[in-house]
Amino acid sequence: MTNPSADTAIVKLEDVHLSFGQTQVLKGIDLTINKGDAVSIIGPSGSGKSTILRCINALVQPQSGRITVDGTRVDQLTKESERIALRKRVGIVFQQYNLFPHLTVLDNIVLAPTRILGVDRREAEKLARELLEKVRLSEKADAYPGQLSGGQQQRVAIARALAMKPELVLFDEVTSALDPETVGEVLWVIRDLIRDGMTSILVTHEMRFAEEISDTVVFTENGRIVDHGSPEQIFHNSDNPRIRQFVGGLSGGRGAVRDGEGI
Amino acid sequence: MTTATLSQPTSHRVLRNIGFLALPLIVIVWSLADPTLGREVLEWIPYLASGFMMNIVIAVLAMLLGTLVGALFGILQLVPYRLVRLPVVAYVQLFRNAPHLVLIFATTYIFPFEIVVFGHYLPFPDWIKAVIGLAIPASAYVAEITRGAILSIPTTQWEAAKGLGFSRGQALRWIILPQCLRRSLPPWMNVAASITMGTALASLVGVHELLHAATDASTAVRRLDFTIIAYLVVMAAFFLLCYPISRLTRRLEARFNAA
Repeated sequence: MTNPSADTAIVKLEDVHLSFGQTQVLKGIDLTINKGDAVSIIGPSGSGKSTILRCINALVQPQSGRITVDGTRVDQLTKESERIALRKRVGIVFQQYNLFPHLTVLDNIVLAPTRILGVDRREAEKLARELLEKVRLSEKADAYPGQLSGGQQQRVAIARALAMKPELVLFDEVTSALDPETVGEVLWVIRDLIRDGMTSILVTHEMRFAEEISDTVVFTENGRIVDHGSPEQIFHNSDNPRIRQFVGGLSGGRGAVRDGEGI
Repeated sequence: MTTATLSQPTSHRVLRNIGFLALPLIVIVWSLADPTLGREVLEWIPYLASGFMMNIVIAVLAMLLGTLVGALFGILQLVPYRLVRLPVVAYVQLFRNAPHLVLIFATTYIFPFEIVVFGHYLPFPDWIKAVIGLAIPASAYVAEITRGAILSIPTTQWEAAKGLGFSRGQALRWIILPQCLRRSLPPWMNVAASITMGTALASLVGVHELLHAATDASTAVRRLDFTIIAYLVVMAAFFLLCYPISRLTRRLEARFNAA
């Protein structure tokens, strides 16, 4: 299934254009992400950050451009079954966690591997418990999502995505809906994951975190990538006044920096 | 609200239990007070009971059939193919707004009294026609309940399922419908209670059920006090069957709100 390519690019977007009705959301996105990299996408709200993620796992279809994920031409997928095959390989974690409220934490994690991949229940449970340990929620296996804090729910959502053994994980503003006190525990988990070498693409407003864990930082505005480079370059040495203003404006305060622009 | 339901004062509970048994108590006390009347009541009770069994059988079968068809139709109302969706939507709207009595009359007089299967003549009794007559509106109500429950699940649940690689059908089966089940149980039980009460309509097309039996009995005995008590028994029987359903519905609603 995998195409052995010359470079180590696992995700490649070339001149991707997408609009919802009359609104142009992406106006020519070029982005290459190598295997094992952590890439943060930052930028003001409405700049198309989340839409980039949704293009990568075919939740939305761009009007033009090429999207390649590990040898698969995502933009050319026409059948739903092909998109499903792709989504099994690309995990996504949402801002609102979106756990399944009628299932326990353990069952939330076990459901997709057993029902979609056909993994044996006992094996799936074993993996689920390992993942729960990884996100430090072993004791919550039998709890229901409604009994957990936002940070705990988000960590379960991460474990649920990992249970499909994805080749890369997309994090869509995963801390934006959380209480400030619980942001840290979720960032811990993601940091661990990235250290373990999981290819990760994060849309985030956590500038300090992005600076710490990213190999590459991408700044988007108005559906375009304004600049990309190492965290050092984007956060400290950018010659683009817009980026300097954005980064400076956000990281003015101390502590976990979160902007108030919402969804 | 939930805690209020669970921790109601004991006096309320006692009152409610007395209220629940009030009708049977009146029948018993009256029968004891007037032995000649009591003897008549005792004599006719088995006949009335056999009639009531028919009400229960009709109600259970109508709900069973109505639920199976209704759940399916509720899902079909949401499929993207217009050719499938429109006839189902028409069915649901038509029969949700049709009087039960009309449907019972229609099924009784439209369906033949016997059907031919491989050369054998099988009787097609009126009570089965009544089952179908009530299953039709039940299926329309259940279809609406199912459709409403599916639509009430946040789209983010579909999105989460999609993100994990679920197909639409798989998401429906494993994530959406299980959540619909708890949401639709209370309204489903309302339908069950209403259909159960509707079984009395079958008396009008000659099905031997409780109301029919009570009318038989009062015609045979020809005593005004017996006629009164006979209909009290009918009301008591339906009350004893339907009231627990509505109580249970409220308990379930409270529990689901708490969860």
